[in-house]
Amino acid sequence: MSMPHPDLLIVLAGIVAVLIVASAIGYALQRAAPEPNAVIENLNDRIQAWWVMVILMGLALIGGKTGVTLLFGFCSFAALREFATLTDTRRADHWALAAAFFVVLPVQYYLIWISWYGLYSIFIPVYAFLLLPIIAVLRGDTDRFLVRVAEVQWALMICVFCVSHVPALLSLEIPGYEGRNVLLIAFLVIVVQMSDVLQYVWGKLLGRTKIAPKLSPSKTVEGFVGGALSATAVGAALSWMTPFTPLQAALLSLVIVLMGFFGGLVMSAIKRDRGVKDWGNLIAGHGGFIDRLDSVVFSAPIFFHVVRYFWSAV
Amino acid sequence: MLSGGRLLVGRIVGFAILLFARFITAVRGRWDGIAPVDGQRIYFANHASHGDFILIWTVLPPRMRRQTQPVAGADYWLKTGMRRFIGRDVFNAVLIDRERENRKADPVAQMVEALDKGSSLIVFPEGTRNQTAEPLQPFKSGLYHLARARPDIDLVPAWIDNLNRVMPKGEFVPIPLICTVTFGAPLRVAETETKQEFLAKAEAALLALSPKTIEPNIIAPKAIAS
Repeated sequence: MSMPHPDLLIVLAGIVAVLIVASAIGYALQRAAPEPNAVIENLNDRIQAWWVMVILMGLALIGGKTGVTLLFGFCSFAALREFATLTDTRRADHWALAAAFFVVLPVQYYLIWISWYGLYSIFIPVYAFLLLPIIAVLRGDTDRFLVRVAEVQWALMICVFCVSHVPALLSLEIPGYEGRNVLLIAFLVIVVQMSDVLQYVWGKLLGRTKIAPKLSPSKTVEGFVGGALSATAVGAALSWMTPFTPLQAALLSLVIVLMGFFGGLVMSAIKRDRGVKDWGNLIAGHGGFIDRLDSVVFSAPIFFHVVRYFWSAV
Repeated sequence: MLSGGRLLVGRIVGFAILLFARFITAVRGRWDGIAPVDGQRIYFANHASHGDFILIWTVLPPRMRRQTQPVAGADYWLKTGMRRFIGRDVFNAVLIDRERENRKADPVAQMVEALDKGSSLIVFPEGTRNQTAEPLQPFKSGLYHLARARPDIDLVPAWIDNLNRVMPKGEFVPIPLICTVTFGAPLRVAETETKQEFLAKAEAALLALSPKTIEPNIIAPKAIAS
């Protein structure tokens, strides 16, 4: 393992500083509140979970390719476990599901780890999508077959394929940016998470008009616009850690933010269809793993391919 | 008595099983109407898989775990050396004879003996694993006799959800799915209660803990609080 890039340490120090301020504010709010307040408790739960996530993410980024691949591989596993819990799969899907967890997931991350772009970019949509229904059909249970196959495929698409495009950013070869690819991951994750937080803040401050009352009653037009614009500004301000100019960084941030927002709506629709409020209850204040990952899920592959097309040499 | 080495190996294997259970099921205990505090109890749970007591054991706080013994069928857990090791040395199970004919020890007496030594118990009053479409099979009378024998000990219902999907009968590779164990308000047998009344009460108390999400398609989306 080589020394982490100084820029990465600066970014991590910056995030830690922000979290210290957030924790201080959370503590002050709790002290100031006359009685226990659910909103403040939830806020503090979230800040605490943030600490855990930032520490894990920081360690993974410092650990380089192996660290990041392992971390996101584990995230995919936990996400797939949550997703599969909510599907209506049956006995006959047992082997297809087992293959999804214990063959497809590790193989995908192995391919990412050895940077085999030609295979990891099609392994799930071609090989897994064709082979898993074959495994399922051999059991001979045709009841709701299409639905069951689609559920397993979507679970893999969302939880494994999309998530794996975060560590895949490390395999890009951008001239003049060698050895700094972990910063692309930091950029993506910071923009996505800032967008979530800023949309929440703007929504709480100015939110009036519901944007998708049926899907996500707490999301408002004001929150969305304010959050998207300010997260784009944050992205532009972070262009120093990327191979992009400030304008390019802003445009890419906007793409990330839009994909994240609409991805969040899609994931809400799935939750509503399944009749749950959160994907799981693993992280206090944050619901499940997928609740934290949903915006990254939709933005990561698009961000990856746009950057690859315009900037990468391979 | 166990020798020191065997005890140590048992502890280590127990820890490994516990980690594995968490890895596969991310199991969480929900304490709904009772707190996870010390005190002697009889946990009674639905039975769909051989892993059932492992999940209950996993969600109990470590101190309570050490004083809790599962009650399991001797016919299954004494069959091979591996099972014997797991049943006796790892989980310290009270192994009872389920065959009514020609059994040597009375199961209720064995359970009472364990209670009198201060242990809490995990029992599966359905008797065998549930492989029917019903959420719960009728309880056997053992729970009633146990409650009568030691009426001052709380009976705590514990609903284990989803484990039957993790490893359906006949499969040997578990599918990772999130499981929960929900503990409900304790109950006791009343002075005047008949066996049928008590068993019906216990069955209802356990069934009430089953999440309505077993068939997610059935719930109307409106029922979800936003």
